[in-house]
Amino acid sequence: MGHFKHAPAPLVWCGERLAASQVAGLRGYRCAGADSLQGVSTRDTDWDGVRLHIVTGKGGTGKTTVAGALALALASGGKRVLLIEVEGRQGIAQVFDRPPLPYEERKIAVAPASETQPGGDVYALVADPESALLEYLEMFYNLRHAGKALNRFGVMDFATTVAPGLRDVLLTGKAAEAVRRKEAGRPLYDAVVMDAPPTGRIGRFLNVTSEVSGLARVGPIRHHADTVQKVIHSPETAVHFVTLLEEMPVQEVLDGVAELRGLVGGGIQVGGIMINMVRPMELSASQLRAAETGSVDEHELGIGLKTAGIDDSVRLAADLAAELTEHAVAAVGQEMQRERLAEPAQPCYDLPMITDGMDLGGLYRLAGALRDQGAA
Amino acid sequence: MSQVLSPPHLDVDRLIDDRRTRVIVCCGSGGVGKTTTAAAIGLRAAERGRHVVVLTVDPARRLAQSMGLSRLDNTPRPVPFAEPEQPGASRDGRPETGREGGRGGGWGHAGGSGGVVPPGQHGDNAGGSLHAMMLDMKRTFDEIVEAHADPDRAAQILANPFYQSLSSGFAGTQEYMAMEKLGQLRRADEWDLIVVDTPPSRSALDFLDAPQRLGRFLDGRLIRLLVVPAKVGGRAYLKVLNAGFGVVTGVLTRVLGAQVLKDVQTFVSALDTMFGGFRERADYTYQLLRAPGTAFLVIAAPEPDALREASYFVERLAQEGMPLAGLILNRVHRSPAARLSAARSLAAAETLQAADDQADAAVSASPNGAPHALTIAALRLHAERMQLSAVERRVSEHFVAAHPHVPVAEVPAQPDDVHDLAGLRAVGDSFFAG
Repeated sequence: MGHFKHAPAPLVWCGERLAASQVAGLRGYRCAGADSLQGVSTRDTDWDGVRLHIVTGKGGTGKTTVAGALALALASGGKRVLLIEVEGRQGIAQVFDRPPLPYEERKIAVAPASETQPGGDVYALVADPESALLEYLEMFYNLRHAGKALNRFGVMDFATTVAPGLRDVLLTGKAAEAVRRKEAGRPLYDAVVMDAPPTGRIGRFLNVTSEVSGLARVGPIRHHADTVQKVIHSPETAVHFVTLLEEMPVQEVLDGVAELRGLVGGGIQVGGIMINMVRPMELSASQLRAAETGSVDEHELGIGLKTAGIDDSVRLAADLAAELTEHAVAAVGQEMQRERLAEPAQPCYDLPMITDGMDLGGLYRLAGALRDQGAA
Repeated sequence: MSQVLSPPHLDVDRLIDDRRTRVIVCCGSGGVGKTTTAAAIGLRAAERGRHVVVLTVDPARRLAQSMGLSRLDNTPRPVPFAEPEQPGASRDGRPETGREGGRGGGWGHAGGSGGVVPPGQHGDNAGGSLHAMMLDMKRTFDEIVEAHADPDRAAQILANPFYQSLSSGFAGTQEYMAMEKLGQLRRADEWDLIVVDTPPSRSALDFLDAPQRLGRFLDGRLIRLLVVPAKVGGRAYLKVLNAGFGVVTGVLTRVLGAQVLKDVQTFVSALDTMFGGFRERADYTYQLLRAPGTAFLVIAAPEPDALREASYFVERLAQEGMPLAGLILNRVHRSPAARLSAARSLAAAETLQAADDQADAAVSASPNGAPHALTIAALRLHAERMQLSAVERRVSEHFVAAHPHVPVAEVPAQPDDVHDLAGLRAVGDSFFAG
């Protein structure tokens, strides 16, 4: 374990140099720079009124992992959280190191208790459109028995894969239902986290009413869609974006934010920007500049290596210098991407790169990072 | 313990040099660098004398621009390319000076023979050419309709609300249309190599399944039944059908509302002449994918999710009898100083840190602060990279263990995003260097 095995390293963020200890105390900093960093008490979070957290991001950014970590973070303090997967990849099972999950809400993890706060529970549901449709038919029309006939005529194919928007409204509908579900007069789940489709599809996925309206201008599905739409457009819902500090994922965040804000019929609340796989910087600003242009002081490196008792210090110094240069080029590129992320003016959260292999322990560490920064 | 599995090496150059290779399909889960890989293969093949068209679906903006694809117009556009004046830039693992990278994308430099092309393939692009196009799925769908229906009927279909959602909204339409376009390009026979970048989808298998799903629906029983009332208009005919049909239309009406059914029925009757067409086209493309001359490249990053998808895909291709050329493993972290282990590197960093801490009182000797700050940083970064590299290797070995005969080519992680020809060349070169 131990991602930061060494002593707290200086990190460069948005051009500012911050100590790691400071960083740990950060709350959803606005990406613009250190001046807007706000210290906040540990009790409330940036998304206190939000009960439906929709997590999107470009493929390959670790969306499912971050959704899992967010669910864990939200569950601490004795909360009950439902994590919903909608793309049938069994990604949640992988992230939580479980066998494949059925269409059924089941408990998959416990948030750790602290001295002051009790632990909490994370439940998971793998929602697939077919099961959701059957459930819907049963719930509203008492028509479960019709499923077989529907299947035989290819209606299930039609409804769940072909009919545009219908598939999506079934899935978002399931999440909306979970948010609204009550037990003994209070909500069953304190929060629902949805591991949503990638950013490229998110606007369409969430803009249920207009999608379905191409299909159904009136009728029960339309009515259902309108109900779901209300939940998604309410302040109780926020869409978080997961990204890496790379050009395309960042571009997708910017496009996605603009799309959600510009939706007809009122925007959808944009949540936080979760920057995944952030690596510690290690270099000072001047070292970084030197390294980026390929002028690392190899002599100094060589002396250092020799002092540490490493043989072959001259050749090794040259190789390490090349490594430093690559690192610096990447780091400078990443800072450029970070600056671009300031544009939407949404809170950003940094999640450390887990270099020694992502596992359940890593997931809890990410959850801790989210809590420390006020995302949950 | 460390029994190193070494898969056979994937020789991409041999694949693209083989004139019998006519179609290369790049597939893999989202975010693994499919588009970049497809573009790099296309460029390299063109530089080695092939007449190439790259069919891309969703390229990064800057990459698109560097390939002259600012417009999404569904037509192959020529991409001018020439060897760069300054071979060696960004080719030796070091970045080019100046991050603008190759000014203007490094295109358009006249002639000039570079050291890029492997021996025997020098200089003059060996007579190859490169085209690239970006898929417009709605346009492609519209064209199918226009090609198969008389103008009046085509107009009727294009205006139908159900068709409009279907052609722009259905999650599988993009896959279907990508395959349709591939079929068209192949039939046109203007290029001797087509490189396809499959759509970004939740799973790598989508593009194999979606066309058939859509084809099945459009040609299917449901849609035929739906159209019956409009055509025959007789309850008598309905009675002949089994009772299940009543249940189905009943449910559909109750759930979707009568309007939807009416739209679908109108759409389907208008589409009547095209029945069979969709299925046939899907079948044609499917056969094309199995034909000799087609090669699949599975693209992955050394991460568990991406490699799991890659595994599924490899298994599925085998099952379908589709020819797998190999796996391209993108963004692999390597170290030029691999002989220094992570453990030794960290230990050395600690030693130096302790020395610095002791000397702390003395002075801050180096301009960089503590005397060994730079070395300590270098050692820690090196250790981190070695750890990352070890994790990647472990993850990759799972794949290799399960598929020991699948050839693999590794592409080292580029320190910077690829967004111009020089970058694409560097990726291409790493196939060669492999």
